Amino acid sequence: MDVRTARRRLFVDGLGIIVGAVGFGFVFGLAARTAGHYSAIEAMAMSLVAFGGAAQFAAVGYVASGVAWPVIVVFTGLLNARHILYSAALAPWFRGRSFRERAFAAHLVTDESFALAIAHFRRVGRFDPVGYWYPAIATTLIPWNLATFAGVTIGDAIVEPRRLGIDVIFPAAMIGLAVFLVTGRRELVAAVAGAVIAVLVSLAVSPTVGIIAGGVVGPVVGLIVPASRPATDLPLLEDVTP
Amino acid sequence: MTTDLVPLAFLMFLVTYPSRAIGLLAPGIERLPRRALDYLQLVGPAVLAALAAVSIMVATTDDRPVFTIGLPWLSVAACLALVAWRRNLFIGLAAAVAIAIAGRAAGLA
Repeated sequence: MDVRTARRRLFVDGLGIIVGAVGFGFVFGLAARTAGHYSAIEAMAMSLVAFGGAAQFAAVGYVASGVAWPVIVVFTGLLNARHILYSAALAPWFRGRSFRERAFAAHLVTDESFALAIAHFRRVGRFDPVGYWYPAIATTLIPWNLATFAGVTIGDAIVEPRRLGIDVIFPAAMIGLAVFLVTGRRELVAAVAGAVIAVLVSLAVSPTVGIIAGGVVGPVVGLIVPASRPATDLPLLEDVTP
Repeated sequence: MTTDLVPLAFLMFLVTYPSRAIGLLAPGIERLPRRALDYLQLVGPAVLAALAAVSIMVATTDDRPVFTIGLPWLSVAACLALVAWRRNLFIGLAAAVAIAIAGRAAGLA
């Protein structure tokens, strides 16, 4: 696909992510204020500095329950461990980019930016700066932080966010993004296996461990299945010119 | 306005940034064997599906995770079907939210 067409598709897909980030960020701000008793500065520090949706939500629950900070930090590390895999999957596409650019890009690796960027890179067959910075900043960082601020400051005006369907935005966005990444039999099997394993382990241990287990073991199950197409989506070393 | 939790945000950053940066900054990570790259390619679908499934199927009651069935299943299934059909996330999310709103207005959980 040519870059122009791919970017158009990226922008349209990004609109869905913006809706998700706004809804999810707003709910985070609201939860931070009502459940965790965060101030606006504290909520914004979480969204700007920690910048990890699921971990931020978990932290609200931990803070509200009086869990010790070291425990919160350990759970945050566990929950965000999946970013190692995202980061490694993005690395071949960033080959040849400056250290500073990669260091800043790293802070903006999220479920959403990863999914949009990797799908875009696959479409165009190479790194495209717009393909990373648009999802990372315009569709995720900015809406997430603005919505957090709105949620923590004016969220009290909304009596029942569930009645507005805000709670379904996150899972719907996640499954929608997963669909874009399912390009063959292996991806489908990995997604289904990841979901099943995650739920089973969540019920047996905890949701945090379940999500990590699904993300780590799901791809192993996917690899058992023969590929339905040549494995050319990630650039081989010889394909990439630094 | 309190700032007591700001240091916690920085601690969370300190344990999150390395996992985000190791792949992008570690030299030679792209020289992984083909099998490892194939594995990494499957991580996205697996993690995203895991996050979605746990969000709608697992609730925590009295500090215990329990299996749950509810309206979000329908919303998420509709989103999945629409995105797969139309390849448009915005339409999928709009449908998911519309179903949730309509369902709750009708008294569903």
